[in-house]
Amino acid sequence: MASMRYERPETIDAAVALLAGGPTRTRVLAGGTDLLVQLRSGMIEPDVVVDIKAIPGMRTITAEDGGFRIGAAVAGSELKEHPDVKQLWPGVVEAVDLIGSTQVQGRCTMVGNLCNASPAADSVPAMIAAAATVCVVGSGGTRDLPVEDVVTGPGKTSLADGEFISWVFLPSRPARSGDAYLRFIPRTEMDIAVVGAGVSLTLGEDGTCTAARVGLGAVAATPLLVPDAAAALVGTKIDDAALENLSAAASAACRPIDDKRGTIEYRTRVAGVLARRAAIIARDRAKGIASANGGAH
Amino acid sequence: MAKIHVTTEINGDPVEFLCEPEQTLLDVLRDELYLTGSKEGCGSGDCGACSVTLDGRLVCSCLVLGAEAEGKRVETIEGMADGDRLHPLQQKFLEHAALQCGVCTPGFLVAAKALLEKNPDPSETEVRYWLAGNLCRCTGYDKIVRAVLDTASDMRGS
Amino acid sequence: MATALKFDKPEGDYQWIGTRPLRPDGVDKVTGRAKFGADMALPDMLVGKVLRSPHPHARIKKIDTSKAEALPGVKAVVTAVDFKELPHELSLAGEMPINYRDVGRNVMARDKALYEGHAVAAVAATSASIARKALKLIEVDYEVLPHVIEVMDAVKDGAPILHEDLITVGVEPAPTKASNVAKRVEFAIGDIDKGFAEADVVVERTFDTKPVHQAYIEPHACVASVSEDGQAELFVSTQGHFIVRAHCAKLLGMDIAKIRVTAAEIGGGFGGKTVVYLEPVALMLSKKACRPVKMQMSREEVFKATGPTSGAHMRIKIGATRDGRITAGEAELYYQAGAFPGGPIGPGAMCAFAPYDLENVKTVGFDIVTNRPKVAAYRAPGAPISEYAVESVVDEIAKTLEIDPVELRLKNAAKEGTRTAYGPKFGKVGLVQTLEAAKAHEHYNTPLGPNQGRGVASGFWFNIGGETSATININDDGTITLIQGTPDIGGSRASNAMMAAEAFGIDYDKVRPIVGDTSALGFTFLTGGSRATLANGVTTREAANNAITEMCKRAAKMWEIPEDAVKWENGHALPAGDNAGKFEPLSMAQIAKMAPKTGGPIAGHAHINVQGAGPSFGTHIVDVEVDKETGKVDILRYTVIQDAGRAVHPSYVEGQYQGGAVQGIGWALNEEYIYGEDGKLQNAGFLDYRIPVASDVPMIDTVIVECTNPSHPYGVRGVGETPIVPPMAAISNAIEQATGIRFTELPMSPPKVLKALDEANGG
Repeated sequence: MASMRYERPETIDAAVALLAGGPTRTRVLAGGTDLLVQLRSGMIEPDVVVDIKAIPGMRTITAEDGGFRIGAAVAGSELKEHPDVKQLWPGVVEAVDLIGSTQVQGRCTMVGNLCNASPAADSVPAMIAAAATVCVVGSGGTRDLPVEDVVTGPGKTSLADGEFISWVFLPSRPARSGDAYLRFIPRTEMDIAVVGAGVSLTLGEDGTCTAARVGLGAVAATPLLVPDAAAALVGTKIDDAALENLSAAASAACRPIDDKRGTIEYRTRVAGVLARRAAIIARDRAKGIASANGGAH
Repeated sequence: MAKIHVTTEINGDPVEFLCEPEQTLLDVLRDELYLTGSKEGCGSGDCGACSVTLDGRLVCSCLVLGAEAEGKRVETIEGMADGDRLHPLQQKFLEHAALQCGVCTPGFLVAAKALLEKNPDPSETEVRYWLAGNLCRCTGYDKIVRAVLDTASDMRGS
Repeated sequence: MATALKFDKPEGDYQWIGTRPLRPDGVDKVTGRAKFGADMALPDMLVGKVLRSPHPHARIKKIDTSKAEALPGVKAVVTAVDFKELPHELSLAGEMPINYRDVGRNVMARDKALYEGHAVAAVAATSASIARKALKLIEVDYEVLPHVIEVMDAVKDGAPILHEDLITVGVEPAPTKASNVAKRVEFAIGDIDKGFAEADVVVERTFDTKPVHQAYIEPHACVASVSEDGQAELFVSTQGHFIVRAHCAKLLGMDIAKIRVTAAEIGGGFGGKTVVYLEPVALMLSKKACRPVKMQMSREEVFKATGPTSGAHMRIKIGATRDGRITAGEAELYYQAGAFPGGPIGPGAMCAFAPYDLENVKTVGFDIVTNRPKVAAYRAPGAPISEYAVESVVDEIAKTLEIDPVELRLKNAAKEGTRTAYGPKFGKVGLVQTLEAAKAHEHYNTPLGPNQGRGVASGFWFNIGGETSATININDDGTITLIQGTPDIGGSRASNAMMAAEAFGIDYDKVRPIVGDTSALGFTFLTGGSRATLANGVTTREAANNAITEMCKRAAKMWEIPEDAVKWENGHALPAGDNAGKFEPLSMAQIAKMAPKTGGPIAGHAHINVQGAGPSFGTHIVDVEVDKETGKVDILRYTVIQDAGRAVHPSYVEGQYQGGAVQGIGWALNEEYIYGEDGKLQNAGFLDYRIPVASDVPMIDTVIVECTNPSHPYGVRGVGETPIVPPMAAISNAIEQATGIRFTELPMSPPKVLKALDEANGG
């Protein structure tokens, strides 16, 4: 700890070189809202902390192919202030906005939320539902990865030593699409999700659901993509029966634990409730109906 | 161990300091620069007592490394009053008795100022959610929220 | 906004009392200038840190500090051997007695670590990082012992015993075997068997509550400096710097006069800063290092090593006649005290039925040790727990009898002349007024929506007086310096300056109130028991009277008339009697200016063991909405109605009501200590110890009832503690109305609520 170094590279290559620098323990610093807590508690004792915020592109949001490329160090509050991202993916932006307080929003990032690899990360189920991908850079070059393939267990990712994520890509989407993310916490703010549910869907001209993706958080060792839950919606008008099936499929996919934040029974039950509620908001958004429930605040 | 040399701006003044790599901006403010108005209530970003702005963005200074302040603009509670003129929020906090023990007050003021700069006409709900990361155990928040709403109303009027 | 109901005619129109001037320490607190416990820095200062036990229960076989001592930059290391082993000796700390032997062992574990986080050693070093490194170099050889966390597990046969010499007090004949039950208390009047026999309806329920922490935002912090000749200075965040001085002197074997304690601005306490933790350790480290030492706790240390209040198991039985007359009340209370005896079982048992005028009451309480941090006082210590249970059963009786719950309380309300179960009769008290005000309040009469419920509950706290000193110095220009001995935790300098201005008949801004250090003033008991405004009112008035008498004497001298021919009015000496009108009135400035020629400096002092505290009652109304799919309870509306006696500064009285209510909301819904099977605390931080945030609560409406305290010069009762008593029952009663389910366990967190809802639906 006493020998920790702080580095602020200005290129991706320099960052990769620092991160791949042999047997040293390294950590990437973007927003720092998880990293600094872990440093202080002594949970991690890295030799080098690599601050990526001086690398060009890390703090910018770029429109691309009808979607958005969002740099790894773009803060939650910057994302929320972007006029167009929220238009396209309101559920994702709202999910990011749920990470921590206003103060934490000033620093926290989607990529950090993902790479911290907590099963309860708020932005991740929404990104999974949105079919977001990330760009992984390392000494071997770059590769794209679906968000659902990043986290492999609590605190663990599929990234190799020396790799880091440079940006996340939110894709374009067809007309009549909507997404939403809801989480349950005991208070109204400042808690870690007990359960989180993200739903993204597209409706046909007659209102039939043509495509859907459902992501769940805090109900298993990793955030989950739940195809069965999505299947409960596709081909339906997202009526009460379909929502009931969605709810059951979401609950059935849960493999949670009992801990200080919730019980197995509770998480399983509420995952179904939130998936249903999120699907209703996403459906209304796809229909162009402003939802009273959209966004926790 | 090697300390890092940091050049920054705090409350409008150019400031240079040396810090250890693991020292937070809060540690630097309090222990190196003796700006003790920012408080440490938790050290984990859960209480907001250490709120400052960094390039105008509200953050917890306990979640920022001192080294990250390089080239930035930092504003703390010590820079809020203009000479002997209190900021309207400071004045309203006094008038509304929006503090009891007062240890959370600097954080609330810095956070509320950032809110009103962004949104001069917040609803009660917006004030409450914006300030949800600032814990107060004494007041039950009632008088704090009233003070912020009243300040916003006054500042819009003037 | 608040309204004030006056049930007593004021004894004259006040100039300052009842107004809302700005607090004298306010500007410092909105500018960041105010110096709290951790804000002090001294030249050459070291950083002190504590090594804490990772085990909930372990014998300490050996501590090897040699490697830490050898680390460059480490200037002192202490363990229990540096402190004298103290015999059993009881003393007053907060509102609960303490035993010096246990205080010593809590500050630094001696032969056993009794909870996770128990201090076992401490270091002082030239930097925080070196101090942290040194802690890792201390080798402690533990023999891990079986632990017991839950209160009812601790009383079972075969439970791990914390103290091998602990024999239950209050049981005849005395047990021969050690147990975890430290004490049995009993308070009774009448004959409960007869009372229950007269009842048409009897409700008996058991309740469980979890320990909750005071959760002040400022962690414990102090700076100690002991010089080579053994004189010590201590700057500390505390509710009672005279108490800190006494405890430190005892623990360190020092003369009281050699320790000078200055009270820092205090960032919240709520009872939790009435005992010592870091202070004796900082002094000992400083003594060894001969350099100033600063210590501050992390938030994790605050949760793991400082006192929450008790968790409890309770059985309550109440009987009533069909027309709503309560015939008997019985309570059996098991309070967890933490690692050492001395939980708030006494006040818990005394307060349980205090809001009621009953003929037959029996409360029995047990003080039980467990492998948790020793409990400390927390806002009306003990009362919120037992009164929560009683007020829940009273609500059930009201619903069973189909009597409005406020009406039922009115029928049985304690009033002047009511004999309490713990002995004395109440004098003038304001419970009936709060209930009448609740019944008439618009809130109580507003319709509810679906899934919503409304609850009411009343609460009681004694309030206390106690030893208090005050000095008033009349300055040359006629302004006054008012020195109080109670740390100002929430505006007492303002209320005290107002009472002084009132006494002299001068402007509030001519009074400069300060908190004196322990060498500036006579002994003063701590800020607690809702006593600060009450007790300071008495001493300030007395000190002012002394100064006024002296100023009248000086005026007599200046006028060359007899002393008894001078009277005092509106800040001036006036000639009276035969001399009336013969001289121009003399202002304080004029008298003070002549002081050198009329007898020297003018001051007033008071040293009083203040009696006549006025008990305080409150009644709360709350509306909740329950999400039946998630079990989440939202607080929609909240009204606090409480008797203040007289509200000196109504804004800060309202603030106490609002703050107490919101702490109660946290206690009711989410706050709890969560332990694993390993006996370790799992939520030692604000992330998972969930105190209410701004978006969790609505505005808290307040009604200040003023049923003045006849024993106080300004009618003050004390207001700080009663507001935390009613919320838990009020919210539980509201949830019952919304769901039809009576919850008997706190907190009523979403998983518990949803489970109960599902079970009620046959799910």
